[in-house]
Amino acid sequence: MSYFMKKSPWIMHYDGSSCNGCDIEVLACLTPLYDVERFGVINTGNPKHADILLVTGSVNEQNSPVLQQLYEQMPKPKVVVAIGICATSGGIFAECYNVKGGVNNVLPVDIYVSGCAARPEAIIDGVVQAVDLLEKKRLEIKDLKKRKADDTSEGTK
Amino acid sequence: MVFLYGLIYIIIAPLAGGIIAGLDRKISARMQGRCGPPLLQPFYDVVKLFSKEVLVVNRAQNFFIMFFFIFMVVTGALFFSGGDILLVTFAFTLASIFLVVGAYSTNSPYSSVGAERELLQMMAYEPMVLLTAVGFYQVAGSFNVRDIMAAHVPAVVYLPGVFLGYVFILTIKLRKSPFDLSTSHHGHQEIVKGITTEFTGATLAFVEMAHWYESILLLGFIFIFFSWNSAVSIPVAIFACIIIYFLEILIDNVFARVKWELVLKTSWILGATLAFINIIVITMI
Repeated sequence: MSYFMKKSPWIMHYDGSSCNGCDIEVLACLTPLYDVERFGVINTGNPKHADILLVTGSVNEQNSPVLQQLYEQMPKPKVVVAIGICATSGGIFAECYNVKGGVNNVLPVDIYVSGCAARPEAIIDGVVQAVDLLEKKRLEIKDLKKRKADDTSEGTK
Repeated sequence: MVFLYGLIYIIIAPLAGGIIAGLDRKISARMQGRCGPPLLQPFYDVVKLFSKEVLVVNRAQNFFIMFFFIFMVVTGALFFSGGDILLVTFAFTLASIFLVVGAYSTNSPYSSVGAERELLQMMAYEPMVLLTAVGFYQVAGSFNVRDIMAAHVPAVVYLPGVFLGYVFILTIKLRKSPFDLSTSHHGHQEIVKGITTEFTGATLAFVEMAHWYESILLLGFIFIFFSWNSAVSIPVAIFACIIIYFLEILIDNVFARVKWELVLKTSWILGATLAFINIIVITMI
């Protein structure tokens, strides 16, 4: 099972208030030069099919509920990757009146990819780490389910 | 013996269908100058989907998808056990209707748009599928797949027009690019994922597996166009299936998506000219 989880990470890319630099680098990963599909990555654009949420750009007052909703629509296990300095801390936009800061103000971010803009190699590295974490989360969920089942069976005794 | 072929289909078809889907992605990637995913990628995807959480908007949706899957399997088993091709056509339509109803039941706007487009696509290809069955009857004098395959001359000799019409709608049925309106595959996301938008985890896995069964069944139709009462016919027919599928992949990569009006118009005009005239000529002879 763990083998299959690692072999098929489907990503969804959300552009917060990015300057588009990191977005272009994310899309560059899908081009023939980097071709992440060879690792089974698919850019789904549908939260209900996605395993990994890639967020570029800082979070502002307007898009934070959208981002939250997208995250809630993703089936477990799921991982959030913040790409670029803006998604990490707000970057140069941190002081703006409408900007909340990094993605971690809204969602539980698992992995931070640094850079301005983040290099495709760094993004791929982030996704690879996200895949390992995805597998870890799957096992945790499985464990939790098992423990719950044990608890209820003990309760009936 | 008859049931044995059906049983073989039920076991072999998902494996063969999955490998065909993998080859499809690999060849598509090569055509785009990419390396592409491993051959077994569709299997990795499906096994992963089974270990994901299943989110449900409306409990009925999974019920409908299960029936979509079951009817797809039954349709294929009917076909490969040499059953009535007319019955196969109707069971096939029923299976597709379950997918549409499942998508509608979620009340999601993207899913609904996908379901509407799927209905339009069905309207486009359904007459041609029926004409194919009628054409086979005119040649073999029977609707049974067993009798059609036992002919002295391959059906394609008498039915070139029907064959071309069938290959045309095959592009719609296989959800290939110029006519891929309802699912909006990979790169294009204008209606998110169309008809499959609201299906997650195991439910989506069943949709995928139903597609594997479906593609084998559709290639089965190509197979009987080229088969006749001889041992040589099997490699010839399989070779024809390979050529046609490769052509579909090429079309998928070459053409941009078209609007539904064009899908409906072209498939009806082709059906009315190529297939219908072909059948009339056959009847006169």
